[in-house]
Amino acid sequence: MAESENIVVETAEKIFSDLADAQTINHDRNGAWKAPLWQALSEAGLPLAWVPEECGGSGASLAEGFAVLNAAGRHAVAVPLAETMLAGWLLAQAKISSPDGEMTVIPATPKDRITQNADGTLSGRARSVPFAKAARHFAVLAGGTIALVDAAKCRIEAGIGLGGDGSDTVVLDKIEPKAAKPAPKGFDQTQLMLMGGVVRSLQIAGALESMLEISVRYSNERVAFEKKISKFQAVQHNLAKLAGESAAALAAATSAADTVANSKGFDDAFFLEAAAAKIRCSEAAEKGGAIAHQVHGAIGFTIEHILHRFSLRALAWRDDFGSESYWAVELGKLVADRGADELWPLVASR
Amino acid sequence: MTAALRFDPIRLPEKCEQLRKEVRAFLAEEIARGTFDPFTPNREDTDVPDFCRRVGERGWIGMTWPKQYGGQERSFLERYVVTEEMRVANAPTRRFFVADRQSGPILLKYAPEHIKMDILPRICKGEVCFAIGMSEPNSGSDLFAAKTRATKTDGGYLINGTKIWTSSAHIADYMIAIFRTSPPTKENRRHGLTQFLVKMKQPGIQVNPIGQITGQFEFNEVVFTDYFVPDDHVLGEVDGAWKQATSELAYERSGPERFLETYYVLTELVRAVGKNPDTRSAEGIGRLVAQVHTMRRMSVSVAGMLQAGKEPVVEASIVKDIGTVWEQQLPHRVRDLAAFVEETATNRETLEKQLSFAIKTAPKLTIQGGTTEVLRGIIARGLGLR
Repeated sequence: MAESENIVVETAEKIFSDLADAQTINHDRNGAWKAPLWQALSEAGLPLAWVPEECGGSGASLAEGFAVLNAAGRHAVAVPLAETMLAGWLLAQAKISSPDGEMTVIPATPKDRITQNADGTLSGRARSVPFAKAARHFAVLAGGTIALVDAAKCRIEAGIGLGGDGSDTVVLDKIEPKAAKPAPKGFDQTQLMLMGGVVRSLQIAGALESMLEISVRYSNERVAFEKKISKFQAVQHNLAKLAGESAAALAAATSAADTVANSKGFDDAFFLEAAAAKIRCSEAAEKGGAIAHQVHGAIGFTIEHILHRFSLRALAWRDDFGSESYWAVELGKLVADRGADELWPLVASR
Repeated sequence: MTAALRFDPIRLPEKCEQLRKEVRAFLAEEIARGTFDPFTPNREDTDVPDFCRRVGERGWIGMTWPKQYGGQERSFLERYVVTEEMRVANAPTRRFFVADRQSGPILLKYAPEHIKMDILPRICKGEVCFAIGMSEPNSGSDLFAAKTRATKTDGGYLINGTKIWTSSAHIADYMIAIFRTSPPTKENRRHGLTQFLVKMKQPGIQVNPIGQITGQFEFNEVVFTDYFVPDDHVLGEVDGAWKQATSELAYERSGPERFLETYYVLTELVRAVGKNPDTRSAEGIGRLVAQVHTMRRMSVSVAGMLQAGKEPVVEASIVKDIGTVWEQQLPHRVRDLAAFVEETATNRETLEKQLSFAIKTAPKLTIQGGTTEVLRGIIARGLGLR
């Protein structure tokens, strides 16, 4: 990791540790922790990390931002940091300046479409939009147009996702955007979804790292049958498998992030890396989360325990920006289209 | 703690790509001249000495070793490229693979100079085959229960006992084996074993092939009767073999052979489903490709750590654990997906033959070179559970 990445990540880690401690948050039923956390993140320039200075952001590199989001996953951060960063990044693609405050990205699934009408207004319906209700603005991709939309102008059907965070439906009915510019040539919804997928992959990998850590710690504390449960081979082997899932998720996610950060263009290798990360991390969320819960027994199933903050968010993140099933079909089609003899060259090119 | 688990996104350096082209061109030539059939899974009992010599001529065996011993002083990442290209092409590398991967490096570290000068250049030429003498009839995963004795005599040791499941012993010129030189102590049950270089094809050594469920005769029972090994064939510390084992494991356990053993069935499945797969086939293939990509990225990452002089024993164990479990499942998943492949697919017969072989091969993948259970024990220790 480059030194600049270290500094940015250390800043983020400190804010998460001080203001987003899982134990504290878990006992705060009123959400009083949210405002100070968001304020600290904003003061550190993190929500607009991917926005160049000339567009009102802090101009961090993609790699720095990815490292922050991996850390956010480790803390199961439940404010729209990832969503605002992604929205700022999308707006910056069209050199649209980012406003202050929470944002999110529309659409958030590969199949929803927002269209731009002849008069320049935007119409469409976007489901499962993370944190739409909490957002002040939306960054919208409508065909070849990138737009900034005032959230107050849209109809929002509030929902709650698997992890307890907002997952809402947003209806745009001839909404006039605050700003709208053409997307760069060749930029399309697939790229936006893949970028979102890489972000979610890093968050899942981070959550798995924490699930491993708290599961190992718990197994070294909990006594059953007169010894620590960490001394039982069955438990050890389960935790070794969790370590494997965590490692696979981390490797796939950081590899994809590295690819996006150093990408010179959108090609098959980019697609492979980003789609594979979303697929593999989602699979790891299922397998790894199940082990973490198994190790914890009943206590991990209680609302009082912090485990669900990580396990359920990791499961919820699977669904955003295209599920692993969706990307597996798309990746399978791409591989089939290239043909059998071009599969290994594609894998080996990474 | 878990902070130890790092899989940084290491990329193979640019110069590896030129090497990759050379290896692919070489393999294409060998296939064209009929040396081997890439569609026939690597028949592990197939020994093609001429092919091995030609690989040696290219400088692709022992390529990371010092030049004075016949090596090329190239990087571990360059070796990685050669290894994965050979594996994916189903090239018959059995004769030199073990020597290249682990026996040579052990000799480099522990053998006296005259033995290094004698053997290493011949390994690099593709002329010598090595076997590894670890398991015995009553000690497999429990390596330190080995009983085959090395009794001190004038100028060396007399070996008596039996090694088993020894791959390639029937064609091997040498074996690197562990023998018991002292009983274990109360404090350390791992004490008392010594690593030896053993010259094969000599009186006092009897090799009895053992049939495998694949129909091959690839591993053996090796019986030693008063077999003499000279003093200078001791590798490392007498009674201290246990200290030497761990660092080599990272090399042995993280390579491309730990997840690509049954890869060929995936290629043939893609060929069988054609350009426009149905949703089920597309999803199945996509998930498998995501896995092989992730495994490879993990494996390359460990190769990068090795190149940087680290000893990523836990990371390597993770690669072998999930890599071998995956390559074991792969033929079964491909079978699931192949169930609806059109009768007219031109490679249907090839795919079926490959599946039959891969499914029979699968059970051994999570046993050889360290069982899944042993690996998970190592990972658990790394996590601070033991």
